[in-house]
Amino acid sequence: MNAILEARDLSAGYDESRILQGVNLALHPGEAIGLMGRNGMGKTTLIRTLIGLLPAREGSVLLDGIDAAALPVFERARRGIAVVPENRGIFASLSVRENLRLAARPGSWSEERVLALFPRLGRRIGNRGNQLSGGEQQMLAIGRALMTNPRVLILDEATEGLAPLMRDEIWRVIGVVREAGVASIIVDKTVDAVLSVADRVVVLVKGSVVHDGPPASLRADPDLMARCLGVAG
Amino acid sequence: MDGFLVQIINGLQYGLLLFLISSGLTLIFGVMGVINLAHGSLFMIGAYLAYVVAGITGDFWLAPPAAIVGGLGFGAVLERVLFQRFRNREHLDQVLLTFALILLFEEARASLVGNEFHAVAVPALLDFSVPVVGGFAYSAYRIAVLGICLLVAAGMVLFLGRTRVGASIRAAAENPEMVDLLGIDARLIHTLVFAAGTALAMLAGALAAPLQSVYPGMGDSILIASFIVVVIGGLGSVGGAFWAALLVGLIDTLGQVYFPQIAGIAVCGLMALVLSWRPTGLFSRA
Repeated sequence: MNAILEARDLSAGYDESRILQGVNLALHPGEAIGLMGRNGMGKTTLIRTLIGLLPAREGSVLLDGIDAAALPVFERARRGIAVVPENRGIFASLSVRENLRLAARPGSWSEERVLALFPRLGRRIGNRGNQLSGGEQQMLAIGRALMTNPRVLILDEATEGLAPLMRDEIWRVIGVVREAGVASIIVDKTVDAVLSVADRVVVLVKGSVVHDGPPASLRADPDLMARCLGVAG
Repeated sequence: MDGFLVQIINGLQYGLLLFLISSGLTLIFGVMGVINLAHGSLFMIGAYLAYVVAGITGDFWLAPPAAIVGGLGFGAVLERVLFQRFRNREHLDQVLLTFALILLFEEARASLVGNEFHAVAVPALLDFSVPVVGGFAYSAYRIAVLGICLLVAAGMVLFLGRTRVGASIRAAAENPEMVDLLGIDARLIHTLVFAAGTALAMLAGALAAPLQSVYPGMGDSILIASFIVVVIGGLGSVGGAFWAALLVGLIDTLGQVYFPQIAGIAVCGLMALVLSWRPTGLFSRA
C-alpha cells in the first residue's frame, strides 16, 4: 500500500541550524505513528516540514507519492493533512461553532458527529474561543481538525498541560479517530499511552530516526527507552 | 435648537463617510498588519473618478458602482503586485512604500486631469431639500449619502459576522498560519480585504464628490481624520471604527459651527483624551 505522507532523506532547520538530518518516515492509510523523543530532538520541526510551514533543505516530503515541495500549506491541508498544533491555534474571537464551521469540508465528519464525540463542546457552542478552558480548547482544536475530514491527523502534544481527566478524554478520542480509519502522527510525552495506541513508534534523537518499529520492539529495549525517552525500563 | 439638529445630522453624515474610509484602513491593518498611508489617495481617486465618469456620461449614478468595481480591481492588483511583498516587512518599509504611492498617485492625477479644482453637480434626482424640523431644510443628496453609508456599514457587519468568508477574515486577523492549516488560502483573504478596503475608500470619494470640490491633496486631510478614527476605535476593530467615526464626525462638525476657534484641535484633543484613558483605543482586541 502506498504511503499517504512520506519523508524521504529529509533535512530541514531554521537559519543556521540544521535540525532534521536525513529523516525517513512513511505513514500509510489508517496507520497510527507515535513520534517520540526528548525535547529539542526535532519532533515539531519534522511536523512543520511535513505540513509545509518549513521548507525541506534536502530530501523531500511526498504526498500520495508526489513531491509536495510546490504545494503551499493550505493546499496540503486540502489534500487531507490536518494538524492540531502545540499551541492549539484556536481563534479567540470566534465562537466554538464558527471555529468548527470555518474548517468544514465535505465528508463523514460533520458538526453533529464532532459534537457527539465532544458533548462538552456542544454546551459551549456559542462561547468564544477565549472563554474556553485549556481542555475545551484542545477538544475544539481536535474537533476542528476533524471537520476538515482529514486522511491524516497530526497531534502535537495534544494532552500537555491538561488535567488527568481531560487527558483521558483526549486519549479516548484519539482511539475513536483511529478506529474511524484516520491515519495519525501522535507526538506526546505520555509514553505508555502512545505505546498503547500506536501501530508504530518512531524515535528521534538529534534530528535522526533511531528507532522505527512496533511498540513491542521499543518496550523490549529498556536501554533505548531510558536513553532516548528518559523512561526507566 | 433646530439648527443644532441639522448640525447633528451633518456630523453623522460626515462620520459615516469617515467610517467607509477608516473601516478599510483598520481592516487592512488588522488582517495584514499593513499601515497604508496611501488610503487617503484612494479616496481622492474615487472622487476624481466620479468627476470623470459624471463628466463623460452625464450620469453621476454610474460613478459609485464604477468606484466599487474599479476599486476592487485596483486594490487586488495593488495587493498582489506590491503589498503582499511588504506584509512581513517593518512598518518603516511600509510607510516608505505607501508614502511613495501618495506621490505617485498625485503625479498621475496631475498629468491625467490637471491641478484645478472641480465641482461635481449633485445628481438631478436628489437636487432638492427635504424640510426637517422648524424652518430648516436638508439636502436630499446628503440624506441619501447617509443612507448608503448606513447600508454599507450594516452589510459589513452582516458579512463579517455571519458569513464563512467573514469568519475567515476575522480568523486571518488573529492567526493567518492556522487559517492556512485549515485549508483556506490566507493570501487570498489578504487580497480580498485589501481590494474591499480600496473599493470602500473609492466609494467614499465618489459619494463625497458632489458634497465638496474635487481637488488635489483632498486625500490628505481625510487620511489624518481616518487615522484618528482608527486609533480611537482601536487598531483593527471595525466596530470601533464605526463608533469612533461617528464621534469624530460629530465633534468635528459641531466644533466648526459652535467653537470655530478650537475646531482644528478638537478632534486631536479627543484622541489624546481617549488614549490617556484607554491606550489601545475604545474597542481594541488587545
